[in-house]
Amino acid sequence: MDRQAMETAPDAAADWPDRIYALLKRHSIRQVALVPDAGHARLIRRCLADNDLRVVTLTTEEEGIALMQGAWLGGQRGVLLMQSSGVGNCINMLSLATIHRCPMPMIVTMRGDFGEFNPAQVPMGQATQTVLEAMGTLVHRADRAEDVEPTVEATLKLAFHTYRPAATLIGQRVLGAKTFGKD
Amino acid sequence: MRAASGKLDRRELVRALLADRGELLVVAGLGAPAWDITAVGDHPCNFPLWGGMGGAAMIGLGLALAQPARPVLVITGDGEMLMGVGSLASIAQQAPPNLAIVVQDNEHYGETGMQQTATAHGTDLVTMAEGAGIKATMRVTAPEQVPALVAATRAKAGPFFAVAKVDAANLPLVLPPREGAILQARMREALLGPAAHLA
Ligand SMILES: Cc1ncc(C[n+]2csc(CCOP(=O)(O)OP(=O)(O)O)c2C)c(N)n1
Ligand SMILES: [Mg+2]
Repeated sequence: MDRQAMETAPDAAADWPDRIYALLKRHSIRQVALVPDAGHARLIRRCLADNDLRVVTLTTEEEGIALMQGAWLGGQRGVLLMQSSGVGNCINMLSLATIHRCPMPMIVTMRGDFGEFNPAQVPMGQATQTVLEAMGTLVHRADRAEDVEPTVEATLKLAFHTYRPAATLIGQRVLGAKTFGKD
Repeated sequence: MRAASGKLDRRELVRALLADRGELLVVAGLGAPAWDITAVGDHPCNFPLWGGMGGAAMIGLGLALAQPARPVLVITGDGEMLMGVGSLASIAQQAPPNLAIVVQDNEHYGETGMQQTATAHGTDLVTMAEGAGIKATMRVTAPEQVPALVAATRAKAGPFFAVAKVDAANLPLVLPPREGAILQARMREALLGPAAHLA
């Protein structure tokens, strides 16, 4: 079984990661916080190749919430890229967005969502939207490749124009499910 | 600057860290560190936390990256730093020269009833920071070291990480504003002018 079969990554021809990258530029994002997910690999590569974007690799996703708070305090815009399991690591730190009315856009690649193979991804994947909403985050889903760009743009606008946490969940249907060779 | 125990008095230490603060931007961890910076004098460039335990150092990182010309000082407790200790690796990797972190280590969770932290049992946060890759560090136990500590926090030769062993007594509460939107907006306005509110 090759590594590609183990990871949930979009088709090489899919261009929605490039469209997200273009949105990050158009919306003047300067700090990109992330814990890697295979679904974000192409977007991460684009960000790393851009000297005007500061890519901050985190040890846990909640650090990214705190980083976005600091960035905004200092006049820069941040974004957090993570997989759905990482949302669970952010819960209490998300209170910063509510306390301070800080814009915090998140782009979340879903697992445990559609045709999942790994049992460990299901509990948090199924709870992702509920948990975000419970912490005051406005959540939109993109379940088709063509929905990703407008949905991420809506999330960036909601976060920065209305000063709150907002998330796009990119469905596993868009990413393709990981099968460990057992499909 | 020593308390009766012989350890450093945390308020006197913070008074020294904030004296003639100039361009300094300050983030304070929840609880006693937030009361300490406020006791010295509330300031638009103070960001005292009321929550987000474990996040102070990363808020400092985001701020330091956004404002590379200004020195950024995070003052926090040992309990708060332990909760976000992985941040030290993230910070070492970014290596912002203008970020300094000073942990007021009283070896206890002071705010919640003075329960011991891991630092009371041999955990050494300076060693952890060095292991994370932060090269400029200091252990502070005596008043004579404080001028060098203050200089290091302003030198922009970081990232810099220090632990100051402080007396554990809970001091009188001096509360900062509780409205987080104001705390955020006032620092943004101090840095960006009125345009901060039109962004
Ligand atoms: C996530 C979370 N867990 C626990 C608490 C309760 N709490 C508030 S302050 C504090 C202790 C902080 O200890 P330290 O950072 O060492 O500060 P000190 O008061 O000792 O100076 C704790 C545990 C909290 N606010 N948030
Ligand atoms: Mg303590």
